[in-house]
Amino acid sequence: MEPILQVKDLTHTYGAGTPFQRSAVEHMSFDVNEGEFLGIIGHTGSGKSTLIQHLNGLLQPTAGEILLRGKNIWAEPKKIREVRFKVGLVFQYPEYQLFEETVYKDIAFGPANQGKTGDELDHAVREAAKLVGIRDDQLEKSPFELSGGQKRRVALAGVLAMEPEVLVLDEPTAGLDPAGRENLMANIRDYHRNKGKTIILVSHSMDEIARNVDRILVLKNAHVLMQGTPAEVFARGEELLSAGLDVPQITRIAMELKRRGVDIDPAVYTVEALERQLLALRKGGAGC
Amino acid sequence: MLKDITLGQYFPGNSIAHRLDPRTKILLVTLYIIALFSAKGWMGYAVMAVTLAACVKVSHVGLRALVRGLKPLVFIIAFTGILNMFFTPDTHYLWEWGILRVSVKGIENALFMVIRIMLLVMGTFLMTYTTSPIRLTDGLESLLNPLKKIHVPVHELAMMMAIALRFIPTLIEETDKIMSAQKARGADFDSGNIFQKAKALVPILVPLFISAFRRADELATAMECRCYHGGEGRTKLHVLKYQRRDYVALAGGAVILALVVVLRRLGA
Repeated sequence: MEPILQVKDLTHTYGAGTPFQRSAVEHMSFDVNEGEFLGIIGHTGSGKSTLIQHLNGLLQPTAGEILLRGKNIWAEPKKIREVRFKVGLVFQYPEYQLFEETVYKDIAFGPANQGKTGDELDHAVREAAKLVGIRDDQLEKSPFELSGGQKRRVALAGVLAMEPEVLVLDEPTAGLDPAGRENLMANIRDYHRNKGKTIILVSHSMDEIARNVDRILVLKNAHVLMQGTPAEVFARGEELLSAGLDVPQITRIAMELKRRGVDIDPAVYTVEALERQLLALRKGGAGC
Repeated sequence: MLKDITLGQYFPGNSIAHRLDPRTKILLVTLYIIALFSAKGWMGYAVMAVTLAACVKVSHVGLRALVRGLKPLVFIIAFTGILNMFFTPDTHYLWEWGILRVSVKGIENALFMVIRIMLLVMGTFLMTYTTSPIRLTDGLESLLNPLKKIHVPVHELAMMMAIALRFIPTLIEETDKIMSAQKARGADFDSGNIFQKAKALVPILVPLFISAFRRADELATAMECRCYHGGEGRTKLHVLKYQRRDYVALAGGAVILALVVVLRRLGA
């Protein structure tokens, strides 16, 4: 099946021709498959934010191209808005973009720009609110009366209401407490499971990425360092660590056990998988 | 796009122009402006242009950066030039068409006006390019200090200015971010008539104001936590002190002003 998004040899240079010239993205190429949950990880300054702003045409590539269902998104610059409805981008700290008088109106901003009206608009808004766990009685409140976590849900609903084919989330859980994080990620997982839509999750946290995604893209210094399933990526744990990136806590423990002579595969990233391996080892009779 | 605004930008450096006391620079710019408006005739403008060129030379600020600063003003400069060229009354005209009349004096006036605005803008930019905003406000506060006698809140004004300057880049960055976020939701800032365009700004302005108020609130709390209570009895980390070079520079400025005034009298 054809990938839904293809990034081909993408390069983006800021301030070209000035002394401050700097490439934030250099020769990046990768595919995003329909319906997959892709995680993007990398340090601050690795080009994550610049990269994702290309996916919905907020930034124009200096070189290379982005294909959405095989079609270059910049083929018709006048229709770039269509791309933004198909690739929904939720920025970091999206609660700071809320502006309407009521939660309902704010969520309706995106779909109304799409040209939805009447019942269709109402349905889109209510459906999106339900997806992120906003109650009906909260819809008529001012978004500024809500708590930080709830504001973020409203902002997320504002993008979901456009019913994008690809949802791009930039650090959706940054600044939330652990319970809030898990709650929000659960909403996102449910959305992925029930709607089967493609999701791209950008995160700092290896644990968050490991627990949720099907495939990982690791960025370093404006380049793609590695890509693959979590198992494939964490099998190269040493490489990740030497690149100054983190590995999930469980992988770290498994790597240390391996180093101390326990015969296990260090590419595990969930408690259950590590438990299974250790139990298997015990049954095998090689006591530890 | 928004990042291209260079107004009031500071280029760090260590030239003599950077090291001058900010008060000296403010006074020199004041003298420069007075001289510029007293200048009359080619000789006067030539003196001003040479002065500016010399200052640019010692400041190590590239001429290109200064010229770039003129860009946002191209329209105003052109407008002033054209107005002066076509509407200067004279007894003899080179060319006439309805109310548009071009005379030798008109062309001369237009040229002087354009040169005057350019020199004015470049001169003041040279000061902001070589003085950090903090030093500039320090200098201004110190110069305005005598006004405290008549209960002008000089310290408060200076503090407000320092804070405003400090937050310009932050707000520009914030605006960029909010614009991107709203564009991602399909906001359209470029099409439609003037009313639609104004309405399209609401989704940017509301979050921007809210965040500005939030920042102001946080800043006020942070300042109070550090026992800020206004200018009364407050000491400074960097105490401004005139050096020899400041006296030399001020004397030089006075000489040039005098020269221009004399040239004006002589009618050169």
